[in-house]
Amino acid sequence: MTERTTAARPRDPQDEGSAAGSATLDTVTDTDPGRGGTDRGKATPGRGERIFRGLTSGSGLLVVAAIAAIGLFLLVQAVPSLLADNANFLTSPVFDTRDPANLNFGIRDLLVVTLLSSLFALVLAMPIALGIALFLTQYAPKRVARPFAYVIDLLAAVPSIIYGLWGIAVLAPALLPIATFLRDDLGWFFLFAPGNLPVLTGTIFTGGVVLAVMILPIITAVTREVFSQAPRFHIEAAQALGATRWEVIRMAVLPYGRSGYIAGSMLGLGRALGETIAVLIVIRAATTPSGFSLFDGGYTFASLIASAASEFSQPLPTGAYIAAGLVLFVLTFVVNAIARVVAGGKVNG
Amino acid sequence: MAKRLDLKAVDIFYGDFHAVSDVNLSVSPRSVTSFIGPSGCGKSTVLRTLNRMHEEIPGARVDGEVLLDGEDIYARSADAVAVRRTIGMVFQRPNPFPTMSIRDNVVAGLKLQGVRDKKKLDEVAEASLRGANLWKEVKDRLDKPGGGLSGGQQQRLCIARAIAVQPDVLLMDEPCSALDPISTLAIEDLIGDLKKEYTIVIVTHNMQQAARVSDQTAFFNLEATGKPGKLVEIDDTEKIFSNPHEQATEDYISGRFG
Ligand SMILES: Nc1ncnc2c1ncn2[C@@H]1O[C@H](COP(=O)(O)OP(=O)(O)O)[C@@H](O)[C@H]1O
Ligand SMILES: [Mg+2]
Repeated sequence: MTERTTAARPRDPQDEGSAAGSATLDTVTDTDPGRGGTDRGKATPGRGERIFRGLTSGSGLLVVAAIAAIGLFLLVQAVPSLLADNANFLTSPVFDTRDPANLNFGIRDLLVVTLLSSLFALVLAMPIALGIALFLTQYAPKRVARPFAYVIDLLAAVPSIIYGLWGIAVLAPALLPIATFLRDDLGWFFLFAPGNLPVLTGTIFTGGVVLAVMILPIITAVTREVFSQAPRFHIEAAQALGATRWEVIRMAVLPYGRSGYIAGSMLGLGRALGETIAVLIVIRAATTPSGFSLFDGGYTFASLIASAASEFSQPLPTGAYIAAGLVLFVLTFVVNAIARVVAGGKVNG
Repeated sequence: MAKRLDLKAVDIFYGDFHAVSDVNLSVSPRSVTSFIGPSGCGKSTVLRTLNRMHEEIPGARVDGEVLLDGEDIYARSADAVAVRRTIGMVFQRPNPFPTMSIRDNVVAGLKLQGVRDKKKLDEVAEASLRGANLWKEVKDRLDKPGGGLSGGQQQRLCIARAIAVQPDVLLMDEPCSALDPISTLAIEDLIGDLKKEYTIVIVTHNMQQAARVSDQTAFFNLEATGKPGKLVEIDDTEKIFSNPHEQATEDYISGRFG
């Protein structure tokens, strides 16, 4: 054992002077004997190594190519319709493609309804997911945590159509008192202002709550995973300083899991932005433009495209919907990019 | 400030597993006591009962008395969190909080105790870093994350963090086993300085280290796997390494040195 503890670790003295941010905790584990093996493998790549490398870079390229191809396909189909559009594509609230010779379509309301419902869902789901993840990983005893986590995971297995039915048949009437209160007493705030629907059921508000339930499991699962991996030795560091349970979480668990929580939330947001059938069932169509209220109705990108799917026979009207799809495509990319920036480029920072 | 530690008939359990049995020992203030013995004999387990970290493991339990200047830290009126605020601990693997700055790492314990005065925190940060022989190396980057230091520097940062609250006792569990020889020497020197002010208990696998840094050495042993570990003897370090009372100690020490 004497040998083990004093055995030379040649890397460390060099590190002693370097302030490089990347020379993090790993300085301690880096000296794994396993490293030598990998280096040798790189010097003289064997047959298996070459095949494996070809396979992995090949499939990587394939994914990139597939995404580029989808983007290109959408663009090629959308451009003729965009050129034939008589309304302003970005600012018009109408989406009228009944007459191929006189197309009038814009995405203003699609964007508003999509973003409002998804962000509202996110605002509802994020704190609840955080609470559940903390409870499951930090507070609950194992025999409670397991079944509880299982039930949350089950929520993800429920088909969208069921959420839609539940949303409109059960949730919408149940939410009516809350919605009425918000509109009547907090209506001065634009989000709770009276909307463009004659009723308070089947609004963006209702749809957002349904979406929140739908994205809760994914956010919870990712967050729970990163929290449960918070390193034991950082938790002990906090405990040994005399931190209470909550202080331990604040010092050792939250900083570690923060970026994973954000990444999970962005995954959830992506799911909400693209959700189709549940939204189509729950949120009612409106006849006047949206006023940015949660009590508005209307279509999201996904629900509009789905509602029109049976009419995709003529190229120009179809192209209009594809143009809308393209915007959704870009939107999810932007959400992903933001997630990466916020998460600092790594999931477990 | 440095306090005396007495263990009386301490038995330690992990659930049904009796890990260590009947430990009796005393540690005087401003001295260094080292725990040596083969792997798995319960050195870390005993150390972790001294600041009530042991009970964080589900099912873990301690019998007997651990007295800090005569007061039982396991008394019903004693609170584990409060106990840990007055007994510092340094771990085998350096564990600064990676996202906190060097300065915030050092004063993390003080902040937990409610100290908010920035001037006071800055003073303590400097004094503790000086005390841990790290000040010169980090004084220009106190706001950089603690994770950016080398292993040896991180361990000294952890020591600075532990002494920032002026603990009654400082516990160290193989603090050098993840470090290179130069950093190890730096920490051993530091222990020599710290004992002027603190009561120190250190677990080490390295017998030369025990001989170099400690005033008193406790030898733990295991009769057989599955049996509880035992304190074989505790005596002045010089005595243990030259002329131990027990044959088992003699065997262990000569085996390792030979
Ligand atoms: N978390 C734990 N749960 C159950 N048994 C443990 C745990 N930690 C240590 N032990 C057992 O307690 C005994 C003493 O371990 P430890 O104190 O770590 O020994 P040492 O530090 O002397 O190498 C060993 O048999 C070990 O397997
Ligand atoms: Mg140990």
